[in-house]
Amino acid sequence: MQYIQAIIFIAVTLVTFYFFFKKGKEIYNNIQLGRSADIQNKGGLKSMILLALGQKKMFQNMIPAVLHLCIYVAFVITQIELIEIFLDGFTGSHRMFFHAVQGSMAGEGMYNFVISFIEVLSVLALIATVIFLVRRNLLRVPRFVMPEMNGWPKMDGNIILYWEIFLVFCIFLMNGADAALYPGKYGFLISDNIIAPMLSGFSEGTLHFMERFGWWGHILGVLAFLNYIPYSKHLHIMLAFPNAYYLEETPAGKVENMPNITNEIKAMFDPNFTPAPVSEEAANEKFGAKDATDLTWKNLLDAYSCTECGRCTDACPANQTGKLLSPRKIMMDTRDRIEEIGEGIKKEGKEFKDEKALLGDYISEEEVKACTSCNACVQECPVSINPLNIILQLRRYMILEEAKSPEEWNVMFNNIENNMAPWQFSPMDRDKWKEELEEAE
Amino acid sequence: MAEMMAAGKQPELLFWVGCAGSFDDRAKKITRSLAKILHACEIEFAILGQEEACTGDPARRAGNEYLFQMMALQNIATLDNYGIKKIVTACPHCFNTLKNEYPELGGNYEVIHHTRLIQDLILEGRIKMKEGGSFKGKKITYHDSCYLGRANGIYEAPRAVLEALDADLVEMKRCKTKGLCCGAGGAQMFKEEEKGSLRINQERTKDMIESKAEVVAAACPFCMTMLSDGLKEKESNVKVLDIAELIVQQNEL
Ligand code: SF4
Ligand code: SF4
Repeated sequence: MQYIQAIIFIAVTLVTFYFFFKKGKEIYNNIQLGRSADIQNKGGLKSMILLALGQKKMFQNMIPAVLHLCIYVAFVITQIELIEIFLDGFTGSHRMFFHAVQGSMAGEGMYNFVISFIEVLSVLALIATVIFLVRRNLLRVPRFVMPEMNGWPKMDGNIILYWEIFLVFCIFLMNGADAALYPGKYGFLISDNIIAPMLSGFSEGTLHFMERFGWWGHILGVLAFLNYIPYSKHLHIMLAFPNAYYLEETPAGKVENMPNITNEIKAMFDPNFTPAPVSEEAANEKFGAKDATDLTWKNLLDAYSCTECGRCTDACPANQTGKLLSPRKIMMDTRDRIEEIGEGIKKEGKEFKDEKALLGDYISEEEVKACTSCNACVQECPVSINPLNIILQLRRYMILEEAKSPEEWNVMFNNIENNMAPWQFSPMDRDKWKEELEEAE
Repeated sequence: MAEMMAAGKQPELLFWVGCAGSFDDRAKKITRSLAKILHACEIEFAILGQEEACTGDPARRAGNEYLFQMMALQNIATLDNYGIKKIVTACPHCFNTLKNEYPELGGNYEVIHHTRLIQDLILEGRIKMKEGGSFKGKKITYHDSCYLGRANGIYEAPRAVLEALDADLVEMKRCKTKGLCCGAGGAQMFKEEEKGSLRINQERTKDMIESKAEVVAAACPFCMTMLSDGLKEKESNVKVLDIAELIVQQNEL
């Protein structure tokens, strides 16, 4: 029986890891479809530790930050128990770590402490999960009920939370049944003291079954979760790390430069100017971005890292005043589009083309035009995402390639070109304020 | 500047006035206030006058990179021609562009926003604050400009100046990193807003009125326009004044 369990376990693990890495590779390839990014001052390890590991920006909102921290810490610490579960699964043993230390007071104490610690965290995570479910579904917090959350995104958010409850249930079933089977053997804070007494009426056979059910339920739940993540907003638990690492740390107000335009203009000013050689990629570049593949790989990594939490949209002045623009939707659309292109390439090869594009079919011009470049979305995002960067690239395409600028902007452009100011004033009057100052004195 | 050059003088500071500060009647008052402060502190400064041109900020943010770079390269040529090292400006948009975006195109200057300069001048004792001036004890709130605040991390300088006024500084419910945009940035100043339920400045006006302040301090000529329009529409008598104007009024410069 033990051998059969071990074999099944190994087979299931291998299959799930195969599919996980296969999808992971696809996502990696999709991100590589973006153009190269010129990240001048990346956040590096420091921002990875502060922002991803330390969740610094989550703490801009205290209550969700603490709740989220409970789930996060429980998730991370439970991995210790998971290691044991994996080793038990591979070798057909039972609580390998416990048996390794059995007999030694310190060892057993340590084991019981770790498991008890995990149990306490699991309870905290459970409480947080329930509150999150209530907040999402009953309280209808505005950022969770916006139009872009209808359908799959809403379900995605809930599935994960129910899943979490199932995993915690399995852990306690496993530990509790174990504690009921071997009274006094372990000393798990919650299972020994609360759950085992509740299970004391069951027969030994039932308890064994419960223990196995909890064990298999937990590990299969974890493996299934692993394969679900890449399709979900929960990818952020992995990608938040590289995303924080590659965060560009220039002042937020700086807009990315377009060196090929600099060359053209310098050549215009000075006929003898010889442009610095640009890479072939840069030379063939469109001006701005029309489709997801015109964006940088960092933009695409951003899109895959997005947790769809809506903090950006909540803070967006355009969205707050009823405009169509929602920075979260920008990120979700970008991810959907690059996934679609990735699928197409998988089926039809590198030459894949369809009739669609990010700008137009996913994100409308109206959305792109409504942004005030206020950086509130960038500021709020807990996983270092920059929706504004994508919006500005789409705008560039609209203006430079499609010449679709609103008439008022054309007037502004003409004024700048002819009068050196965005309004129609004569450049001769630029220092008039000075005379008025002298007059006043 | 040209005159100084002809006289063989090199000023310690260039005052970049900006288009709003040069042409917009309301913003011109900010320009004159800053000039008065500089005079009062006996800081020798120059302006480019008719040689100054739009930094290109609205063009860049509207997606017109060509026009932006044309303006930028032209301005850099002018500034370099005069050997400018240090620039002060009362416009956060000019500030951001000159400071963060010109270096990549070859223009390297020390750029300082006027709120920082005024803060320094107060600290150094060069601006002598009058005791018990007209703003003493008055409720003043400060509206964070996106291009000063989130874009460049300047939240404290303007507030420090307000504290020096002995005013009662109250915060709006959304302030500092969470400050709500006035609606002008990203070239929105130059077009109507897209369809929606409100204009952004109307949304911000709610915050201003809720704060119960008598004066809203601003540090950007575009915020100035947006906030004043929003308040006017509500027939509110809350005044919007620039940090430089507050200093001038307090000290009767
Ligand atoms: S930068 Fe644009 S998208 Fe982001 S919050 Fe501001 S207006 Fe909204
Ligand atoms: S971009 Fe950031 S703030 Fe916006 S929904 Fe995604 S994770 Fe949340």
